[in-house]
Amino acid sequence: MTSAVTTLVPFEKVLETFDPTMGLEVHVELNTATKMFCGCPTEFGAEPNTQVCPTCLGLPGAMPVVNGAAVESAIRIGLALNCEIAEWCRFARKNYFYPDMPKNFQTSQYDEPICFEGYLDVEVDGETYRVEIERAHMEEDTGKATHIGGATGRIHGASHSLIDYNRAGIPLIEIVTKPIRGTGAKAPEVAKAYVAALRELVKGLGVSDVRMDQGSMRCDVNLSLAPKGSEVLGTRTETKNVNSLRSVERAVRYEMSRHAGILSAGGSILQETRHFHEGDGSTSAGREKSDAEDYRYFPEPDLVPVAPAREWVEELRGTLPEPPAVRRARLQEAWGFSDMEMRDTVGAGALELVEETIAAGAAPQAARKWWLGELARRANDHGLELTEVGVTPVQVAEVQGLVDAKTINDKLARQVFEGLYAGEGTPAEIVEKRGLAVVSDDGALSAAVDNAIAGNPDVAQKIRDGKVAAAGALIGAVMKEMRGQADAGRVRELILAKLT
Amino acid sequence: MPEISRDEVAHLADLARIDLDDAELDHLAPQLNVILESVASIQGVAGDDVPPTSHPIPLVNVFRDDVIRPGLTPQEALSGAPEVDEQRFSVPRILGDEQ
Ligand SMILES: [Zn+2]
Repeated sequence: MTSAVTTLVPFEKVLETFDPTMGLEVHVELNTATKMFCGCPTEFGAEPNTQVCPTCLGLPGAMPVVNGAAVESAIRIGLALNCEIAEWCRFARKNYFYPDMPKNFQTSQYDEPICFEGYLDVEVDGETYRVEIERAHMEEDTGKATHIGGATGRIHGASHSLIDYNRAGIPLIEIVTKPIRGTGAKAPEVAKAYVAALRELVKGLGVSDVRMDQGSMRCDVNLSLAPKGSEVLGTRTETKNVNSLRSVERAVRYEMSRHAGILSAGGSILQETRHFHEGDGSTSAGREKSDAEDYRYFPEPDLVPVAPAREWVEELRGTLPEPPAVRRARLQEAWGFSDMEMRDTVGAGALELVEETIAAGAAPQAARKWWLGELARRANDHGLELTEVGVTPVQVAEVQGLVDAKTINDKLARQVFEGLYAGEGTPAEIVEKRGLAVVSDDGALSAAVDNAIAGNPDVAQKIRDGKVAAAGALIGAVMKEMRGQADAGRVRELILAKLT
Repeated sequence: MPEISRDEVAHLADLARIDLDDAELDHLAPQLNVILESVASIQGVAGDDVPPTSHPIPLVNVFRDDVIRPGLTPQEALSGAPEVDEQRFSVPRILGDEQ
């Protein structure tokens, strides 16, 4: 363990002396109904130890059987990542003793991954970086340990640990990149863009929830620095369980600064795992890589090899959706979004939602405006995904339809959304129940306009003198009197008709 | 002839979390060697035309449908646990080993 305080080198300075090399390992939990080797359910958030059986508890005599749907998902992920699919491969036992794995080994794949040699192109600031994929292999998740008595839920200071095996045995695909070099100052952003692109791709395949906040997608970040221009790789550290896109970027940035600090002071990097801290974006020492890494892999004798027929592989290739980049370009063209509007839409995870809203009849800009404005704000305030805000794309299109028909305005639409969050019925019903429709009765509007003119004689005079821009103040007064339930365009027309 | 050294036995014991003292290591290392020699005699029988195998039956692609099957109740699952707390297995802390 290193205990010396390390001086961080400012990020910009790091690049003057060093080139970064990254390696990213991403675990994706598949959304199959059952576990990798047994028929236990995989639902997130169940009561502890309610989704277990002799196989995933590692009880004597229990025999695993491979979930065919998980193999299919693994192959589809591999194909989407432009990988080769193994003609024949086996599972292997990764032996280690830790209570999160009751069998005392994790069933994984070792030197025969089901997918290998692929790539994923990612874009950063208009430039494309090809991230090469070393392998994507099948394995099983571990149980969840909660450390009791430690201050931070970590093992340090803990008196004992409580284990829930619901997660043990859930199918995982581990996707490992080759060393990513030549990204320079863009390294943190390339890392983030890669994980984001991978998430989008896997989501598009429909094989995982890819919820980083729930752990169904997790990233380990390997990083090393080499003197600028050197072909020799430096010693790497592996920052484990970096669980948001922003954290991936921050972890790379921090480790680059930390490594540079140690190397510049003539020190050497310890090959170790590191923990990431969300609070300040720093990392701290974990396990030192040593004999403990000796997993004594050997082929799993309880499972027969997987040999996907080429016909099956080609059939699965036929099920692949349009690649995300191609799809994005097509949608951007169709919707007439600027590059920035498109980037924001994708970044907010709103692409599908906007697409469905448009399909339900809303104009592209209106669909974007609601999902990235009002609804994104609600998601943010309540720590929800956009898909969970309690409003469907069809409802958003209905609300926009009411705006287009001038039944309500944008401000009133926000109240309709509040009604939708509260489950008060369809948008039209909410407008009815809450009495939100704008007053289209010209008699009432006309009276309110007269009141506004009477109450603001100076403004009225300006308009009579030709300063039409001053009408805004009167419109505001009318809207106030109408409690927002008026069509501002119609109000303006009435004001101008009376004064000019 | 394969040979397993005393150091290797100590290393394996460490990996397997088995605490062996010097006397036990002295005793076990030669015994393991005898076992390895016996296994090696089987290896001698296999000619170059016999590929190594990890499974005795030449089967591939034995898959299960992705259908939920009833497992154990939490009570059954925890019935063999030395200690239970909050419907979970309670285990001693393990130092220097956080995964
Ligand atoms: Zn099970």
